Amino acid sequence: MYKLLLCLKYLRTRFIALASIISVTLGVATLIVVNSVMAGFTNEMQKRIHGILSDVVIEGYGLSGFQNADDVVARIHEIGGDRVAGVTTTAHVPAMLNFQFRGQWVTRQVNLIGIDEATYADVSDFGEFLLHEENRRRISFALREGGYDDRLPKETGWERRRRYALLQAAYEEEMRRIEEARTPRQFSATYPHPNPLPEREGTRRLTEEVHVPPPVFDEPNSQEPPAGAARDLAATSQAAVTDPFATARPAGPPPLAGESGQTGHRFHPGEEQFTGIILGIGLALVRRPTEEGKSEDFFLCAPGDDVKITVPTDGAPPQPVSENFTVVDFYESKMSEYDSTFAFVPLARLQEMRGMIDPLTGERAVTSIQIRLEPGADVAGFRDELQAAFPSAQYPYRIQTWKDMQGPLLAAVQLETTVLNILLFLIIAVAGFGILATFYMIVVEKTKDIGILKSLGAPSEGVMSIFLTYGLALGALGSGVGLVAGVLFVRHINEVAYGLEMITGHEVFDPNIYYFREIPTILDPLTLAWIVAGAMAIAVLASVLPALRAARLHPVEALRYE
Amino acid sequence: MSSATLVTDAEVTVEQSRAPLRRRTPYREPPSDTVVAEAVLEARNLYKSFRKGRSITPVLRGMSVSLERGKLTAIVGQSGSGKSTLLHLLGTLDVPDAGEIRFDGDRIDNLRPRGRDVLRNRYFGMIFQFYHLLPELTALENTLAPAMIGHSVFGYWMNRRKLRRRAEELLELVGLSHRLSHTPRRLSGGEMQRTAIARALMLKPQVLLADEPTGNLDKAAGDEILRLLRTLNEQDGLTIVMVTHDPKIAAQTDRVVRLVDGKVEET
Repeated sequence: MYKLLLCLKYLRTRFIALASIISVTLGVATLIVVNSVMAGFTNEMQKRIHGILSDVVIEGYGLSGFQNADDVVARIHEIGGDRVAGVTTTAHVPAMLNFQFRGQWVTRQVNLIGIDEATYADVSDFGEFLLHEENRRRISFALREGGYDDRLPKETGWERRRRYALLQAAYEEEMRRIEEARTPRQFSATYPHPNPLPEREGTRRLTEEVHVPPPVFDEPNSQEPPAGAARDLAATSQAAVTDPFATARPAGPPPLAGESGQTGHRFHPGEEQFTGIILGIGLALVRRPTEEGKSEDFFLCAPGDDVKITVPTDGAPPQPVSENFTVVDFYESKMSEYDSTFAFVPLARLQEMRGMIDPLTGERAVTSIQIRLEPGADVAGFRDELQAAFPSAQYPYRIQTWKDMQGPLLAAVQLETTVLNILLFLIIAVAGFGILATFYMIVVEKTKDIGILKSLGAPSEGVMSIFLTYGLALGALGSGVGLVAGVLFVRHINEVAYGLEMITGHEVFDPNIYYFREIPTILDPLTLAWIVAGAMAIAVLASVLPALRAARLHPVEALRYE
Repeated sequence: MSSATLVTDAEVTVEQSRAPLRRRTPYREPPSDTVVAEAVLEARNLYKSFRKGRSITPVLRGMSVSLERGKLTAIVGQSGSGKSTLLHLLGTLDVPDAGEIRFDGDRIDNLRPRGRDVLRNRYFGMIFQFYHLLPELTALENTLAPAMIGHSVFGYWMNRRKLRRRAEELLELVGLSHRLSHTPRRLSGGEMQRTAIARALMLKPQVLLADEPTGNLDKAAGDEILRLLRTLNEQDGLTIVMVTHDPKIAAQTDRVVRLVDGKVEET
C-alpha cells in the first residue's frame, strides 16, 4: 500500500518526472505516426502493384510469345479449380509512342500491352484506374462522348475530336486555296489529278504500289457510324489530290481480311476513330510548378487525340510497323513507374499488327497469361503447383507471383520501415536513459526516506518495488499520452500537413513526388500494443538500476544521510 | 534460528516463543507484577566497529545489557560512546560483529532480513532525534505508514477504517488531532516528534526505542515529549529504551545504563 501511495506522491511532487514522461510520450507518438504512415505507404503501394499485376503471371521469355495459350489456360483451370477467379492472356511489347503537340512530335517509349477487354478486368484492378466512369465499369476501347475526369481539358472525347476535325478541315481548305492560287490554271483543270502519291520510303511501298485503289470520291455527309473498327488510311492517294498535306500522314496498316471491303474509304476524323488506346497518364501529363509553389497539371494530349504507335514485328529481324490509334482514356494507377510507361491496346489488334498470328493455323500468340485467384487463396502455393505442372525444363514459361515480380521494391520498403523503427526505438532508449538519470537522482534525494521506510520494517523488495512501480507508472502515463497523441495525429495527419502548408507556405506533402493526394495511414492495433509495451518495458528497465540501489541501501547509513 | 541451550531462566514460554515471529500476536498484555523483572531485550557480549577506509573504529567492545519489560530505561554516555549504535543493534537496523541479541529469549541478530523487517514493523517502535517523518505524507499518513507496510494492499484496504481510526486515536493521544492532514513541513519540532511517537505506537509494539527524542527540541517541547513517554510507560506498561546524553532526562527514568568506551558501566 505504501508503495502505491508513495508512487502517487512522488509522481505528483517530482516535476523532473514530468520531463521523463514527456520524452516517453514524444517517443511513442513519433513511433506510432511513423509506423502508421509507413504501413499506409506500404499497403497503398502493395495494393497498387497488386492491382496492376495479377496474382500469378506466366510469361514467355521472348517477344514472340507462345501459341498454345488456350491449352495452358485450360490446364490452369484444371489445376486451380475453384481457386482461380480469372485468367486472361496479354501481349507485352516495347513500343514507341508519337503524338503531335503544337506542331512538335513528342516521342515516348512505352510498354505496349495488348489486353483482352472481356477478361482483363477479371485479373487486375485495371478498370479502377481508368478515368472515365463507364470504362471503370466495363473496359471499352471506343471513344466516349465526354464525362472524363475533371482534371482533363474541358473538351475531351468526341467533342474534342469533332472540333479538331473542323479546325483541320478549315486549315486544309485554306491550304488548298493557297495551293490553288499558286498553281497555274491548266493544272487545276486536270482535277482530279490521276497521279498517285509520290513514292515514300518505307516497308510497305510494294503493297501500296500493288494496291493503288480506284479513285473514290467521298460524299460530304458520310453516315458511317463513328465508333467503328479502325479505318485505314490507305485511300490517301485520292486525298493527296485534294489535300497536299496528307502526305505528312503515313499510310494506315495494310488492309486486313474483313476490312478490305472498306479499302478506299476516306477517314473522317470528326466521326470515326482509330483503334482505341489507353495511355498511362504520365505519358501525356506534365506537372509544372506555378508561382505560388503549387503544381498544375498540363496535358499534352487528351482522349480524342490520335497517336502513332510503332512496334517491332514478330519476325527475325523485327521490322518497325506503325499504326494510328485514338486515345480513348487514361490509366492512372498513381505508381509513376507504371503510369509513365504503360499503354493498352486491344490484344487482337496488336497481334494483327505484329503478325503474331500463325498464317497456317490462324492461332494467335500471347506473351503472358495472368491469373487472379480467389481472395485468401495461397498465391505462392499456387505458383509452386503451376511450376510443377509446367517444369521449366520442358516449357519456356517463367511463372511468378506479383510479389516475386516486385520483390526488390517491396523489400526496399520493408528495409526502410525496419531501419526507421530501429532508429526510433533508439530514441525511446535515449528517453530510457533520461528516466534512469532522473530516477537515480530521485533515489539519491530520497535516501533518507528509504532509511525511514526500512526502519519502519519495509523490506528491501518493497522499497525496490516502489521505484519499479514508479518507473512503470511513468512509462504507462507517458506511453498512454503518447498513444493518444500519436493516434490523434495520425487520424488528422492530412489536416496537420495542410496546416503546416498554410504556416510555412511550402507544400509538405508534394503530390508530384508521391502520386498520392492524401497521406495514407494504417493504424495496426498490434503495432500500437508493441510500441506501448516496448516503451513501458524500457521505462521499467531504466528504473531497475536505481531501484536496486535503493533496495541495497543500509538503513542506518540511509538515516544518517543528509 | 536460535539455540535453545542459551535460553535464560527468565523465559517462561521458551517453546512458544521459538515459533516463527509472524505467528506471534502483535501485542501482548502488559506483564503482571510477578514477571516485571523479565528481560525483553538482552544484549550479550556485543562487539561492533566501523570501518572507514583503513582505520577501524571500535564502538562496542563486548558489552552486555538486559532490559526489563515495562521499564523506562535510559542509555547514557558521552558522544561517540556507542549509545546510538547499541540502539540500532537492538532495533535490528544493524548487525553486531560479534555477540548476541535476544528478544523474548530468541536470538534476533542472526535473523534473515525478512524476519528483521517484521520485527521492526510489529515489535519495535522507533523514534529518532530528527523525527524522520516522510515529507510527502501528512501526519495521519505518516502514522499509518507502519500499517501500510505491514499489510498487503488488499489487507490494508479491508482494514482501512479500523486502522485509520487507530491512527486518529493515537494522534489524539499525542495531542495532534487538529493536525491530521498537515505535512511535516508545517509542523513544529515537538509536533513532528509527537507524530513520530504516534507512528511508532501504530502497530502496538512491545518495545519503544527512542534515539535522543528530545535532542533537537527546546526545553518545553522536550519536557512534553518526556511526559508523554512517561505516561505511555506508566499507563500502558510500554517498555521504553531511550538514548540520551542529558543527565537530567536520564534522572527521570527507571534505570540508567551508562556506556563508557563501548562497555556498560551501570549505576
